[in-house]
Amino acid sequence: MNENETITQSEIFPGVVHPTAGGGILVSSIDDVVNWARSNSLWPLVFGTSCCAIEMMSTASAKYDWSRFGFEVARATPRQADVIIIAGTIVNKMAPVLKRLYDQMADPKWVIAMGACATSGGPFFYNTYSVVKGADHVIPVDVYIAGCPPRPEALLHALITLQQKIKSGLTREQIRSGV
Amino acid sequence: MTNEELKLFLSEKFPSLIIEEGNEWLTYYTEANEWKLLANELCSNISLQFNFLFCLTCIDWKTHLTMVYHLTSTTFKHTVVIKSKLNKENPEIETVCNIWRTAEFHEREVYDLFGVKFLNHPDLRRLLLTDDWKGHPLLKDYEDPINMIKL
Repeated sequence: MNENETITQSEIFPGVVHPTAGGGILVSSIDDVVNWARSNSLWPLVFGTSCCAIEMMSTASAKYDWSRFGFEVARATPRQADVIIIAGTIVNKMAPVLKRLYDQMADPKWVIAMGACATSGGPFFYNTYSVVKGADHVIPVDVYIAGCPPRPEALLHALITLQQKIKSGLTREQIRSGV
Repeated sequence: MTNEELKLFLSEKFPSLIIEEGNEWLTYYTEANEWKLLANELCSNISLQFNFLFCLTCIDWKTHLTMVYHLTSTTFKHTVVIKSKLNKENPEIETVCNIWRTAEFHEREVYDLFGVKFLNHPDLRRLLLTDDWKGHPLLKDYEDPINMIKL
């Protein structure tokens, strides 16, 4: 009982088990189970445009190991990816490529803007002719991470935040309007 | 050669070179019209053998442009930097891509971003930007009201 109290609501399986003779009956809703399943096996797209990608690789490797949270299957094709981590600067030349990659991803899909460049242009906000001032000018973003580049802990935190968002089952608009 | 030996050798061989003190590498200024001859000699001279151009770039000082060439020798492990001032209105310098092949792309990049004309370059087109791009964005007075937010 005490152990269970330390686990937050979003981490436990959504449903109640009613014990019966010879097993049990699980009562839940399909939406909740689907969201729970989706959130625990997010496949990220292999996509990195600058130094944030190094931190992303570090997050994937043994020391930080994002597979602990269900992200280990990084996909090199957008057709099989669920989440795109925009790890790096998006320049005007790259913007149509990013848009196409996002369009090619199958629904449901999510976007994480990693670091200052992907969030706002960051160090390239002023006096540059080539940088998109935030990846959300091109595709919608679910989670933003601060930092230049953010540490692997920050990326893990963003990924867990995204999981909580998926588990809550609300759309971006619903969360913003405070439903 | 050590830097001191190199300095003696070069000042004897090329008396018109002007040395710039206070740098990590031995640095010389040359006139733009003498650059091609100098480059040929630096590469082919048997006791210099600067066979590797490891950096070619340009600086906009607002009043003028400066071409910067970093040369090293893979045989003797010595390094020299050659700079050349160009005027801002009509920046022109002879290409060195027939001496160091790597210069072909680097000169295209400098042409693309600074607008320096490399005379006798075999294929002087824009490298990174689109072919219909107007202007040269690494010049300090470059203006782009659509993409640039001025600070």
